[in-house]
Amino acid sequence: MSKLRTRFLADRIARFLFAFAALFSVGILLGIFVMLLYNGAKTFESVSPGNFFFSTEWNPSAYGEASFGVLSMVASTLLVTIGAMAIAVPLGIGAAAYLAEVASERVREILKPAIELLAAIPSVAVGFIGIVVVGPFLAKIFNLSNGLNALNGSILLAVMSLPTIITVAEDAIRSVPTSFKEASYALGGNPWTTLVRVTLPAAASGIIAAVILGMGRAIGETMTVLMAAGNATGFPEGFFSPVRTMTATIAIELGEVPFGTPHYYSLFAVGALLFILSLGFNLIAERIAARFRYNH
Amino acid sequence: MLGILPAMIRLGITIYLLLLVAACRFAPPGVTNILIKGSDTEVNLALSLAESYMEHDPMVSIAVTGGGSGMGIAALINGKTTIANSSRAMKPQEVELANERGIHPVPIVFAVDALALVVHPELEVDALSVNEIGQIYRGEITNWQAVGGPDLEITIYGRQSNSGTYVFFRDSVLRADYAPALMQMNGTAQIVEALRTDISGIGYVGLGYVLDKQRQPIEGIRIMDIAVEGSDEALSPVEVSNIRNGAYPLVRPLFQFTDGPPEGELLEFIQFCLSDRGQELVEKSGYYPLSPRFERYNKQWLHE
Repeated sequence: MSKLRTRFLADRIARFLFAFAALFSVGILLGIFVMLLYNGAKTFESVSPGNFFFSTEWNPSAYGEASFGVLSMVASTLLVTIGAMAIAVPLGIGAAAYLAEVASERVREILKPAIELLAAIPSVAVGFIGIVVVGPFLAKIFNLSNGLNALNGSILLAVMSLPTIITVAEDAIRSVPTSFKEASYALGGNPWTTLVRVTLPAAASGIIAAVILGMGRAIGETMTVLMAAGNATGFPEGFFSPVRTMTATIAIELGEVPFGTPHYYSLFAVGALLFILSLGFNLIAERIAARFRYNH
Repeated sequence: MLGILPAMIRLGITIYLLLLVAACRFAPPGVTNILIKGSDTEVNLALSLAESYMEHDPMVSIAVTGGGSGMGIAALINGKTTIANSSRAMKPQEVELANERGIHPVPIVFAVDALALVVHPELEVDALSVNEIGQIYRGEITNWQAVGGPDLEITIYGRQSNSGTYVFFRDSVLRADYAPALMQMNGTAQIVEALRTDISGIGYVGLGYVLDKQRQPIEGIRIMDIAVEGSDEALSPVEVSNIRNGAYPLVRPLFQFTDGPPEGELLEFIQFCLSDRGQELVEKSGYYPLSPRFERYNKQWLHE
Protein backbone atom coordinates (compact mmCIF):
# COMPACT_ATOMS: atom_id res chain seq x y z
CA MET A 1 0.00 0.00 0.00
CA SER A 2 2.66 2.48 1.02
CA LYS A 3 4.71 1.47 -1.99
CA LEU A 4 1.84 2.42 -4.22
CA ARG A 5 1.52 5.72 -2.44
CA THR A 6 5.20 6.54 -3.02
CA ARG A 7 4.71 5.76 -6.66
CA PHE A 8 1.77 8.14 -6.89
CA LEU A 9 3.81 10.79 -5.15
CA ALA A 10 6.77 10.28 -7.47
CA ASP A 11 4.39 10.50 -10.39
CA ARG A 12 2.98 13.77 -9.13
CA ILE A 13 6.39 15.30 -8.52
CA ALA A 14 7.53 14.28 -11.98
CA ARG A 15 4.42 15.85 -13.51
CA PHE A 16 5.04 19.02 -11.57
CA LEU A 17 8.69 19.18 -12.65
CA PHE A 18 7.89 18.68 -16.31
CA ALA A 19 5.08 21.22 -16.19
CA PHE A 20 7.48 23.63 -14.52
CA ALA A 21 10.09 23.05 -17.25
CA ALA A 22 7.51 23.76 -19.93
CA LEU A 23 6.15 26.85 -18.22
CA PHE A 24 9.59 28.17 -17.35
CA SER A 25 10.50 29.27 -20.88
CA VAL A 26 6.99 30.63 -21.44
CA GLY A 27 7.36 32.57 -18.19
CA ILE A 28 10.67 34.05 -19.27
CA LEU A 29 9.19 34.99 -22.63
CA LEU A 30 6.25 36.71 -20.97
CA GLY A 31 8.55 38.43 -18.47
CA ILE A 32 10.74 39.84 -21.22
CA PHE A 33 7.73 40.99 -23.21
CA VAL A 34 6.11 42.71 -20.23
CA MET A 35 9.38 44.41 -19.30
CA LEU A 36 9.95 45.63 -22.87
CA LEU A 37 6.39 46.95 -23.11
CA TYR A 38 6.49 48.54 -19.65
CA ASN A 39 9.74 50.41 -20.27
CA GLY A 40 8.97 51.05 -23.93
CA ALA A 41 5.59 52.58 -23.14
CA LYS A 42 7.29 55.31 -21.10
CA THR A 43 8.79 56.62 -24.35
CA PHE A 44 5.40 58.04 -25.21
CA GLU A 45 5.38 60.29 -22.16
CA SER A 46 7.79 62.55 -24.08
CA VAL A 47 7.61 61.39 -27.70
CA SER A 48 4.38 61.34 -29.70
CA PRO A 49 3.52 57.93 -31.22
CA GLY A 50 3.18 59.59 -34.62
CA ASN A 51 6.76 60.80 -34.45
CA PHE A 52 8.04 57.51 -33.13
CA PHE A 53 6.43 55.27 -35.74
CA PHE A 54 6.34 57.49 -38.81
CA SER A 55 9.40 59.73 -38.66
CA THR A 56 12.51 58.55 -40.45
CA GLU A 57 14.89 60.55 -38.26
CA TRP A 58 16.59 58.81 -35.36
CA ASN A 59 19.04 60.90 -33.37
CA PRO A 60 18.23 60.79 -29.64
CA SER A 61 21.56 62.30 -28.52
CA ALA A 62 21.52 65.05 -31.14
CA TYR A 63 23.48 68.27 -31.10
CA GLY A 64 20.27 70.12 -31.91
CA GLU A 65 16.79 68.76 -31.24
CA ALA A 66 16.57 65.04 -30.45
CA SER A 67 14.51 62.88 -32.80
CA PHE A 68 13.06 59.43 -32.16
CA GLY A 69 11.72 58.12 -35.49
CA VAL A 70 12.10 54.37 -36.03
CA LEU A 71 10.83 54.13 -39.61
CA SER A 72 14.32 54.08 -41.19
CA MET A 73 15.62 51.29 -39.00
CA VAL A 74 12.46 49.21 -39.34
CA ALA A 75 12.79 49.54 -43.12
CA SER A 76 16.49 48.64 -42.84
CA THR A 77 15.78 45.55 -40.75
CA LEU A 78 13.07 44.38 -43.18
CA LEU A 79 15.25 45.11 -46.22
CA VAL A 80 18.24 43.17 -44.89
CA THR A 81 16.08 40.27 -43.70
CA ILE A 82 14.12 39.99 -46.96
CA GLY A 83 17.39 40.11 -48.90
CA ALA A 84 18.88 37.40 -46.70
CA MET A 85 15.84 35.17 -47.19
CA ALA A 86 15.85 35.72 -50.96
CA ILE A 87 19.35 34.25 -50.98
CA ALA A 88 19.08 31.65 -48.23
CA VAL A 89 15.67 30.08 -48.95
CA PRO A 90 16.37 28.71 -52.48
CA LEU A 91 19.90 27.69 -51.50
CA GLY A 92 18.77 26.15 -48.22
CA ILE A 93 15.84 24.18 -49.64
CA GLY A 94 17.96 23.06 -52.59
CA ALA A 95 20.69 21.84 -50.28
CA ALA A 96 18.18 20.13 -47.99
CA ALA A 97 16.52 18.34 -50.94
CA TYR A 98 19.92 17.25 -52.23
CA LEU A 99 20.99 15.92 -48.85
CA ALA A 100 17.70 14.12 -48.18
CA GLU A 101 16.89 12.69 -51.61
CA VAL A 102 19.88 12.74 -53.95
CA ALA A 103 23.16 12.53 -52.08
CA SER A 104 24.70 9.16 -51.35
CA GLU A 105 25.13 8.16 -47.72
CA ARG A 106 28.87 8.89 -47.83
CA VAL A 107 28.49 12.36 -49.29
CA ARG A 108 25.82 13.09 -46.72
CA GLU A 109 28.06 12.02 -43.88
CA ILE A 110 30.64 14.58 -44.93
CA LEU A 111 28.35 17.44 -45.94
CA LYS A 112 25.98 17.44 -42.99
CA PRO A 113 28.52 18.04 -40.22
CA ALA A 114 30.25 20.59 -42.46
CA ILE A 115 27.02 22.57 -42.82
CA GLU A 116 26.33 22.34 -39.10
CA LEU A 117 29.83 23.61 -38.45
CA LEU A 118 28.87 26.79 -40.32
CA ALA A 119 26.56 27.62 -37.42
CA ALA A 120 29.50 27.54 -35.03
CA ILE A 121 31.28 30.51 -36.59
CA PRO A 122 30.95 33.48 -34.22
CA SER A 123 29.03 36.42 -35.64
CA VAL A 124 31.96 38.84 -35.15
CA ALA A 125 34.04 36.61 -37.39
CA VAL A 126 31.33 36.67 -40.06
CA GLY A 127 31.13 40.46 -39.72
CA PHE A 128 34.87 40.76 -40.19
CA ILE A 129 34.68 38.67 -43.35
CA GLY A 130 31.96 41.07 -44.47
CA ILE A 131 34.30 44.02 -44.06
CA VAL A 132 37.46 42.61 -45.61
CA VAL A 133 36.13 40.14 -48.19
CA VAL A 134 32.46 40.61 -49.13
CA GLY A 135 32.56 44.43 -48.99
CA PRO A 136 35.48 44.96 -51.42
CA PHE A 137 34.08 42.19 -53.65
CA LEU A 138 30.67 43.89 -53.89
CA ALA A 139 32.34 47.25 -54.52
CA LYS A 140 34.25 45.72 -57.41
CA ILE A 141 31.47 43.82 -59.20
CA PHE A 142 28.84 46.54 -58.80
CA ASN A 143 31.32 49.38 -59.33
CA LEU A 144 30.55 51.07 -56.00
CA SER A 145 32.87 53.22 -53.91
CA ASN A 146 32.46 50.78 -51.00
CA GLY A 147 30.63 47.57 -50.20
CA LEU A 148 29.33 48.32 -46.70
CA ASN A 149 25.63 48.24 -47.46
CA ALA A 150 22.36 46.34 -47.03
CA LEU A 151 23.34 43.76 -49.64
CA ASN A 152 26.51 42.90 -47.74
CA GLY A 153 24.41 42.42 -44.58
CA SER A 154 21.92 40.25 -46.48
CA ILE A 155 24.63 37.98 -47.88
CA LEU A 156 26.22 37.47 -44.47
CA LEU A 157 22.88 36.85 -42.76
CA ALA A 158 21.97 34.38 -45.52
CA VAL A 159 25.15 32.45 -44.76
CA MET A 160 24.38 32.52 -41.04
CA SER A 161 20.80 31.28 -41.43
CA LEU A 162 21.65 28.54 -43.95
CA PRO A 163 22.59 25.85 -41.39
CA THR A 164 19.27 26.32 -39.55
CA ILE A 165 17.23 26.20 -42.75
CA ILE A 166 19.08 23.21 -44.21
CA THR A 167 19.01 21.11 -41.05
CA VAL A 168 15.34 21.61 -40.26
CA ALA A 169 14.19 21.39 -43.90
CA GLU A 170 16.18 18.20 -44.46
CA ASP A 171 14.51 16.55 -41.47
CA ALA A 172 11.12 17.57 -42.86
CA ILE A 173 11.89 16.15 -46.30
CA ARG A 174 13.24 12.89 -44.91
CA SER A 175 10.14 12.38 -42.81
CA VAL A 176 7.89 12.26 -45.89
CA PRO A 177 6.68 8.61 -46.02
CA THR A 178 8.19 6.42 -48.74
CA SER A 179 4.67 5.42 -49.80
CA PHE A 180 4.11 8.94 -51.19
CA LYS A 181 7.16 8.62 -53.42
CA GLU A 182 6.32 5.07 -54.42
CA ALA A 183 2.87 6.22 -55.47
CA SER A 184 4.44 8.91 -57.61
CA TYR A 185 6.83 6.46 -59.27
CA ALA A 186 3.95 4.04 -59.85
CA LEU A 187 2.13 6.78 -61.72
CA GLY A 188 5.15 7.24 -63.96
CA GLY A 189 6.77 10.22 -62.20
CA ASN A 190 10.51 10.60 -62.64
CA PRO A 191 12.74 11.53 -59.67
CA TRP A 192 12.51 15.28 -60.48
CA THR A 193 8.71 15.44 -60.65
CA THR A 194 8.50 13.23 -57.58
CA LEU A 195 10.73 15.63 -55.64
CA VAL A 196 9.09 18.85 -56.82
CA ARG A 197 5.45 17.76 -57.07
CA VAL A 198 5.20 15.23 -54.25
CA THR A 199 7.99 15.25 -51.69
CA LEU A 200 8.51 18.99 -51.28
CA PRO A 201 4.79 19.85 -51.04
CA ALA A 202 4.32 17.04 -48.52
CA ALA A 203 7.15 18.47 -46.44
CA ALA A 204 5.91 22.04 -46.88
CA SER A 205 4.91 22.67 -43.28
CA GLY A 206 8.34 21.58 -42.03
CA ILE A 207 10.09 23.60 -44.72
CA ILE A 208 8.14 26.71 -43.78
CA ALA A 209 9.12 26.15 -40.15
CA ALA A 210 12.73 25.94 -41.32
CA VAL A 211 12.43 29.23 -43.19
CA ILE A 212 10.86 30.94 -40.19
CA LEU A 213 13.61 29.72 -37.86
CA GLY A 214 16.18 30.97 -40.36
CA MET A 215 14.40 34.28 -40.61
CA GLY A 216 14.37 34.58 -36.82
CA ARG A 217 18.11 34.09 -36.88
CA ALA A 218 18.48 36.81 -39.52
CA ILE A 219 16.15 39.41 -38.03
CA GLY A 220 17.69 39.15 -34.57
CA GLU A 221 21.33 38.99 -35.59
CA THR A 222 23.23 42.02 -34.36
CA MET A 223 27.00 41.98 -34.55
CA THR A 224 27.31 41.02 -38.20
CA VAL A 225 25.04 43.75 -39.55
CA LEU A 226 26.50 46.24 -37.08
CA MET A 227 29.93 45.63 -38.58
CA ALA A 228 29.25 45.13 -42.27
CA ALA A 229 26.07 46.95 -43.26
CA GLY A 230 27.43 50.51 -43.00
CA ASN A 231 25.48 51.86 -40.01
CA ALA A 232 24.05 55.01 -41.53
CA THR A 233 20.82 56.16 -39.90
CA GLY A 234 19.19 57.51 -43.09
CA PHE A 235 16.23 55.84 -44.82
CA PRO A 236 17.56 53.08 -47.14
CA GLU A 237 17.16 53.77 -50.85
CA GLY A 238 17.90 50.19 -51.86
CA PHE A 239 20.29 47.31 -51.38
CA PHE A 240 23.30 49.54 -52.08
CA SER A 241 22.47 51.95 -49.23
CA PRO A 242 24.31 51.67 -45.93
CA VAL A 243 21.78 50.71 -43.25
CA ARG A 244 21.53 50.51 -39.49
CA THR A 245 19.09 47.87 -38.27
CA MET A 246 17.02 47.89 -35.09
CA THR A 247 19.30 45.38 -33.37
CA ALA A 248 22.43 47.38 -34.25
CA THR A 249 20.86 50.57 -32.91
CA ILE A 250 20.05 48.92 -29.58
CA ALA A 251 23.51 47.37 -29.31
CA ILE A 252 25.34 50.59 -30.11
CA GLU A 253 23.31 52.92 -27.94
CA LEU A 254 22.16 50.94 -24.90
CA GLY A 255 25.66 50.78 -23.43
CA GLU A 256 26.03 54.50 -22.89
CA VAL A 257 22.48 55.73 -22.49
CA PRO A 258 21.76 57.53 -19.19
CA PHE A 259 19.22 55.54 -17.18
CA GLY A 260 15.61 56.75 -17.13
CA THR A 261 15.85 59.21 -20.02
CA PRO A 262 13.53 59.25 -23.09
CA HIS A 263 16.48 57.82 -25.05
CA TYR A 264 16.69 54.90 -22.62
CA TYR A 265 12.98 54.15 -22.85
CA SER A 266 12.89 54.56 -26.62
CA LEU A 267 15.50 51.79 -26.99
CA PHE A 268 13.16 49.47 -25.07
CA ALA A 269 10.35 50.57 -27.37
CA VAL A 270 12.52 49.58 -30.35
CA GLY A 271 13.12 46.22 -28.67
CA ALA A 272 9.40 45.72 -28.10
CA LEU A 273 8.68 46.61 -31.71
CA LEU A 274 11.26 44.09 -32.93
CA PHE A 275 9.72 41.46 -30.66
CA ILE A 276 6.22 42.17 -32.02
CA LEU A 277 7.51 42.09 -35.62
CA SER A 278 9.13 38.67 -35.27
CA LEU A 279 6.15 37.38 -33.28
CA GLY A 280 3.90 38.56 -36.12
CA PHE A 281 6.02 36.74 -38.71
CA ASN A 282 5.89 33.59 -36.61
CA LEU A 283 2.10 33.71 -36.32
CA ILE A 284 1.64 34.28 -40.05
CA ALA A 285 4.01 31.41 -40.79
CA GLU A 286 2.14 29.13 -38.37
CA ARG A 287 -1.06 29.89 -40.26
CA ILE A 288 0.54 29.13 -43.61
CA ALA A 289 2.17 25.97 -42.28
CA ALA A 290 -1.14 24.75 -40.88
CA ARG A 291 -2.75 25.14 -44.30
CA PHE A 292 -0.06 22.94 -45.86
CA ARG A 293 -0.13 20.28 -43.17
CA TYR A 294 -0.81 16.78 -44.52
CA ASN A 295 -1.92 14.00 -42.28
CA HIS A 296 0.52 11.25 -42.84
CA MET B 1 6.23 22.48 0.86
CA LEU B 2 6.26 25.97 2.36
CA GLY B 3 8.95 25.03 4.85
CA ILE B 4 11.35 24.42 1.98
CA LEU B 5 11.48 28.02 0.82
CA PRO B 6 13.18 29.63 3.86
CA ALA B 7 15.57 26.70 3.94
CA MET B 8 16.51 27.34 0.33
CA ILE B 9 17.02 31.05 0.97
CA ARG B 10 19.25 30.18 3.89
CA LEU B 11 21.23 27.77 1.72
CA GLY B 12 21.55 30.46 -0.96
CA ILE B 13 22.90 32.99 1.52
CA THR B 14 25.37 30.46 2.90
CA ILE B 15 26.71 29.68 -0.59
CA TYR B 16 26.96 33.37 -1.35
CA LEU B 17 28.92 34.07 1.81
CA LEU B 18 31.23 31.14 1.15
CA LEU B 19 31.94 32.46 -2.35
CA LEU B 20 32.58 35.91 -0.92
CA VAL B 21 35.11 34.53 1.55
CA ALA B 22 36.75 32.52 -1.24
CA ALA B 23 36.94 35.62 -3.45
CA CYS B 24 38.66 37.61 -0.71
CA ARG B 25 41.17 34.82 -0.18
CA PHE B 26 42.34 35.01 -3.78
CA ALA B 27 43.34 38.68 -3.70
CA PRO B 28 46.82 38.92 -2.17
CA PRO B 29 46.79 41.09 0.95
CA GLY B 30 47.88 44.73 0.67
CA VAL B 31 47.49 45.02 -3.09
CA THR B 32 45.53 48.02 -4.32
CA ASN B 33 43.31 47.40 -7.32
CA ILE B 34 42.81 50.18 -9.83
CA LEU B 35 40.26 49.75 -12.61
CA ILE B 36 40.52 51.89 -15.72
CA LYS B 37 37.63 51.84 -18.19
CA GLY B 38 36.61 53.95 -21.13
CA SER B 39 37.87 55.49 -24.34
CA ASP B 40 39.01 53.14 -27.08
CA THR B 41 41.30 55.91 -28.35
CA GLU B 42 43.22 55.92 -25.08
CA VAL B 43 43.23 52.23 -24.32
CA ASN B 44 46.72 51.46 -25.69
CA LEU B 45 48.22 54.48 -23.94
CA ALA B 46 46.50 53.58 -20.65
CA LEU B 47 47.84 50.03 -20.97
CA SER B 48 51.44 51.10 -21.47
CA LEU B 49 51.21 53.56 -18.56
CA ALA B 50 49.68 50.87 -16.34
CA GLU B 51 52.28 48.25 -17.28
CA SER B 52 55.15 50.63 -16.71
CA TYR B 53 53.74 51.69 -13.34
CA MET B 54 53.14 48.14 -12.14
CA GLU B 55 56.75 47.28 -12.94
CA HIS B 56 58.05 49.67 -10.33
CA ASP B 57 55.21 49.21 -7.83
CA PRO B 58 54.16 45.54 -7.56
CA MET B 59 51.69 46.38 -4.77
CA VAL B 60 49.31 47.96 -7.28
CA SER B 61 47.26 45.98 -9.77
CA ILE B 62 45.78 47.97 -12.65
CA ALA B 63 43.20 46.55 -15.07
CA VAL B 64 42.45 48.44 -18.28
CA THR B 65 39.39 47.94 -20.49
CA GLY B 66 37.98 49.92 -23.42
CA GLY B 67 34.38 50.26 -24.59
CA GLY B 68 34.18 53.94 -25.44
CA SER B 69 34.27 57.16 -23.45
CA GLY B 70 30.53 57.02 -22.75
CA MET B 71 30.92 53.51 -21.35
CA GLY B 72 33.74 54.63 -19.02
CA ILE B 73 31.79 57.61 -17.75
CA ALA B 74 28.70 55.45 -17.18
CA ALA B 75 30.88 53.02 -15.19
CA LEU B 76 32.23 55.88 -13.04
CA ILE B 77 28.70 57.14 -12.38
CA ASN B 78 27.67 53.62 -11.39
CA GLY B 79 30.71 53.24 -9.13
CA LYS B 80 32.12 50.40 -11.23
CA THR B 81 35.54 51.84 -12.10
CA THR B 82 38.29 53.78 -10.35
CA ILE B 83 39.28 55.84 -13.36
CA ALA B 84 37.12 56.66 -16.38
CA ASN B 85 39.20 57.44 -19.45
CA SER B 86 37.44 59.84 -21.75
CA SER B 87 38.33 61.70 -24.91
CA ARG B 88 35.57 64.22 -24.19
CA ALA B 89 34.46 66.30 -21.22
CA MET B 90 31.53 65.05 -19.17
CA LYS B 91 28.12 66.45 -20.09
CA PRO B 92 26.31 68.56 -17.48
CA GLN B 93 23.60 65.88 -17.15
CA GLU B 94 26.25 63.25 -16.51
CA VAL B 95 27.85 65.33 -13.75
CA GLU B 96 24.41 65.91 -12.23
CA LEU B 97 23.59 62.21 -12.35
CA ALA B 98 26.95 61.37 -10.74
CA ASN B 99 26.41 63.90 -7.94
CA GLU B 100 22.98 62.43 -7.23
CA ARG B 101 24.71 59.10 -6.59
CA GLY B 102 27.36 60.65 -4.36
CA ILE B 103 30.11 60.55 -6.99
CA HIS B 104 32.09 63.70 -7.65
CA PRO B 105 34.03 63.41 -10.91
CA VAL B 106 37.39 65.16 -11.10
CA PRO B 107 38.80 65.72 -14.60
CA ILE B 108 42.57 65.31 -15.02
CA VAL B 109 44.14 65.96 -18.40
CA PHE B 110 46.94 63.44 -18.97
CA ALA B 111 47.67 63.76 -22.69
CA VAL B 112 46.75 65.76 -25.75
CA ASP B 113 45.42 64.07 -28.87
CA ALA B 114 45.26 65.35 -32.40
CA LEU B 115 42.61 64.16 -34.81
CA ALA B 116 43.63 63.34 -38.36
CA LEU B 117 41.36 63.54 -41.39
CA VAL B 118 42.16 60.49 -43.49
CA VAL B 119 41.45 59.71 -47.15
CA HIS B 120 42.40 57.14 -49.79
CA PRO B 121 45.96 57.76 -51.09
CA GLU B 122 44.80 58.22 -54.68
CA LEU B 123 42.21 60.91 -53.95
CA GLU B 124 43.46 64.15 -55.47
CA VAL B 125 42.54 66.57 -52.70
CA ASP B 126 45.45 67.75 -50.56
CA ALA B 127 43.96 70.13 -48.04
CA LEU B 128 40.64 71.13 -46.50
CA SER B 129 39.62 73.98 -44.22
CA VAL B 130 37.84 73.33 -40.94
CA ASN B 131 34.76 74.96 -42.46
CA GLU B 132 34.82 72.64 -45.48
CA ILE B 133 35.13 69.60 -43.21
CA GLY B 134 32.07 70.79 -41.30
CA GLN B 135 30.12 71.22 -44.53
CA ILE B 136 31.08 67.74 -45.72
CA TYR B 137 30.02 66.06 -42.46
CA ARG B 138 26.82 68.09 -42.18
CA GLY B 139 25.92 66.90 -45.68
CA GLU B 140 26.07 70.35 -47.30
CA ILE B 141 28.90 69.33 -49.62
CA THR B 142 28.34 65.88 -51.12
CA ASN B 143 30.77 65.85 -54.07
CA TRP B 144 34.56 66.10 -54.05
CA GLN B 145 34.30 68.57 -56.96
CA ALA B 146 33.14 71.30 -54.56
CA VAL B 147 36.50 71.22 -52.76
CA GLY B 148 38.71 70.93 -55.85
CA GLY B 149 38.65 67.17 -56.27
CA PRO B 150 37.29 64.76 -58.89
CA ASP B 151 33.58 64.42 -59.73
CA LEU B 152 32.85 61.80 -57.09
CA GLU B 153 30.19 61.44 -54.39
CA ILE B 154 31.73 61.76 -50.94
CA THR B 155 31.29 58.84 -48.53
CA ILE B 156 31.60 60.09 -44.96
CA TYR B 157 32.94 57.79 -42.27
CA GLY B 158 32.76 58.46 -38.55
CA ARG B 159 32.54 56.67 -35.25
CA GLN B 160 29.49 55.35 -33.44
CA SER B 161 27.46 57.64 -31.24
CA ASN B 162 28.92 56.17 -28.02
CA SER B 163 32.41 57.29 -29.03
CA GLY B 164 34.02 60.37 -27.47
CA THR B 165 35.59 61.14 -30.83
CA TYR B 166 32.11 61.21 -32.40
CA VAL B 167 30.92 63.78 -29.84
CA PHE B 168 34.10 65.86 -29.89
CA PHE B 169 34.09 66.11 -33.68
CA ARG B 170 30.39 66.99 -33.75
CA ASP B 171 30.61 69.62 -31.03
CA SER B 172 33.82 71.33 -32.11
CA VAL B 173 33.95 70.91 -35.89
CA LEU B 174 30.36 70.48 -37.10
CA ARG B 175 28.61 72.43 -34.36
CA ALA B 176 25.47 70.72 -35.67
CA ASP B 177 24.24 67.20 -36.31
CA TYR B 178 25.90 64.75 -38.67
CA ALA B 179 24.30 64.03 -42.02
CA PRO B 180 22.19 60.82 -41.83
CA ALA B 181 24.48 59.35 -44.50
CA LEU B 182 27.33 59.10 -41.97
CA MET B 183 28.71 55.56 -41.91
CA GLN B 184 29.03 54.92 -38.18
CA MET B 185 31.96 52.55 -37.89
CA ASN B 186 32.54 50.19 -35.03
CA GLY B 187 36.00 51.43 -34.09
CA THR B 188 38.93 53.33 -35.52
CA ALA B 189 40.40 50.24 -37.17
CA GLN B 190 37.28 49.84 -39.30
CA ILE B 191 37.44 53.44 -40.53
CA VAL B 192 41.04 52.93 -41.63
CA GLU B 193 40.18 49.55 -43.15
CA ALA B 194 37.32 51.11 -45.12
CA LEU B 195 39.42 54.03 -46.39
CA ARG B 196 42.11 51.74 -47.72
CA THR B 197 39.66 50.58 -50.39
CA ASP B 198 37.17 53.44 -50.71
CA ILE B 199 38.52 56.22 -52.93
CA SER B 200 35.46 58.41 -52.27
CA GLY B 201 35.74 58.21 -48.49
CA ILE B 202 36.86 60.55 -45.75
CA GLY B 203 37.16 59.67 -42.07
CA TYR B 204 38.45 61.05 -38.77
CA VAL B 205 40.71 59.06 -36.45
CA GLY B 206 43.05 59.72 -33.52
CA LEU B 207 46.39 60.73 -35.02
CA GLY B 208 48.27 58.16 -32.93
CA TYR B 209 46.44 55.41 -34.75
CA VAL B 210 47.70 56.34 -38.23
CA LEU B 211 51.35 57.02 -37.35
CA ASP B 212 53.97 54.30 -37.04
CA LYS B 213 56.72 54.09 -34.41
CA GLN B 214 58.83 56.63 -36.34
CA ARG B 215 55.80 58.99 -36.39
CA GLN B 216 55.39 58.56 -40.13
CA PRO B 217 51.95 58.00 -41.73
CA ILE B 218 51.13 54.29 -42.11
CA GLU B 219 50.82 52.68 -45.54
CA GLY B 220 47.60 52.66 -47.54
CA ILE B 221 45.97 55.89 -46.40
CA ARG B 222 46.73 59.60 -46.61
CA ILE B 223 46.51 62.21 -43.86
CA MET B 224 44.98 65.54 -44.97
CA ASP B 225 46.52 68.92 -44.31
CA ILE B 226 44.05 71.21 -42.58
CA ALA B 227 43.67 74.99 -42.64
CA VAL B 228 41.95 76.92 -39.86
CA GLU B 229 40.39 79.29 -42.39
CA GLY B 230 40.10 78.78 -46.14
CA SER B 231 42.76 81.42 -46.83
CA ASP B 232 45.28 80.14 -44.24
CA GLU B 233 48.12 77.80 -44.97
CA ALA B 234 47.07 74.17 -44.53
CA LEU B 235 49.01 72.40 -41.77
CA SER B 236 49.99 68.78 -41.52
CA PRO B 237 49.55 67.10 -38.11
CA VAL B 238 52.52 64.85 -38.92
CA GLU B 239 54.76 67.88 -38.19
CA VAL B 240 54.99 67.76 -34.40
CA SER B 241 55.66 71.50 -34.14
CA ASN B 242 52.26 72.29 -35.67
CA ILE B 243 50.58 70.60 -32.73
CA ARG B 244 52.97 71.77 -29.99
CA ASN B 245 52.51 75.43 -30.93
CA GLY B 246 48.74 75.03 -31.09
CA ALA B 247 48.44 75.94 -34.78
CA TYR B 248 46.86 72.64 -35.94
CA PRO B 249 43.16 73.08 -35.23
CA LEU B 250 41.93 69.56 -34.41
CA VAL B 251 43.37 68.86 -30.95
CA ARG B 252 41.64 67.76 -27.79
CA PRO B 253 42.59 66.98 -24.21
CA LEU B 254 42.34 63.36 -23.04
CA PHE B 255 40.85 62.99 -19.56
CA GLN B 256 41.13 60.65 -16.62
CA PHE B 257 38.09 61.08 -14.38
CA THR B 258 38.29 60.00 -10.75
CA ASP B 259 35.71 60.12 -7.97
CA GLY B 260 36.90 63.07 -5.87
CA PRO B 261 40.52 64.32 -5.92
CA PRO B 262 42.77 61.23 -6.12
CA GLU B 263 44.55 60.08 -2.97
CA GLY B 264 47.07 57.48 -1.91
CA GLU B 265 48.08 54.89 -4.52
CA LEU B 266 45.69 56.38 -7.07
CA LEU B 267 47.29 59.81 -6.71
CA GLU B 268 50.73 58.23 -7.13
CA PHE B 269 49.65 56.50 -10.33
CA ILE B 270 48.20 59.71 -11.77
CA GLN B 271 51.30 61.65 -10.85
CA PHE B 272 53.32 58.98 -12.63
CA CYS B 273 51.20 59.57 -15.75
CA LEU B 274 51.94 63.31 -15.56
CA SER B 275 55.66 62.86 -14.77
CA ASP B 276 58.41 63.12 -17.39
CA ARG B 277 58.52 59.30 -17.65
CA GLY B 278 54.75 59.13 -18.11
CA GLN B 279 54.70 61.91 -20.69
CA GLU B 280 57.48 60.10 -22.56
CA LEU B 281 55.15 57.09 -22.85
CA VAL B 282 52.40 59.48 -23.99
CA GLU B 283 54.62 60.60 -26.86
CA LYS B 284 55.63 57.05 -27.69
CA SER B 285 51.98 56.11 -28.03
CA GLY B 286 51.47 58.80 -30.66
CA TYR B 287 49.97 61.52 -28.46
CA TYR B 288 51.33 64.84 -27.25
CA PRO B 289 52.59 65.88 -23.83
CA LEU B 290 50.71 68.46 -21.80
CA SER B 291 51.18 72.10 -22.59
CA PRO B 292 51.61 74.53 -19.64
CA ARG B 293 47.93 75.48 -19.94
CA PHE B 294 46.80 71.94 -19.08
CA GLU B 295 49.43 71.55 -16.37
CA ARG B 296 47.97 74.60 -14.65
CA TYR B 297 44.50 73.11 -15.12
CA ASN B 298 45.51 69.89 -13.35
CA LYS B 299 47.10 71.75 -10.42
CA GLN B 300 43.69 72.59 -8.97
CA TRP B 301 43.01 68.90 -8.16
CA LEU B 302 46.47 67.61 -7.38
CA HIS B 303 47.81 69.04 -4.13
CA GLU B 304 51.19 67.73 -3.20
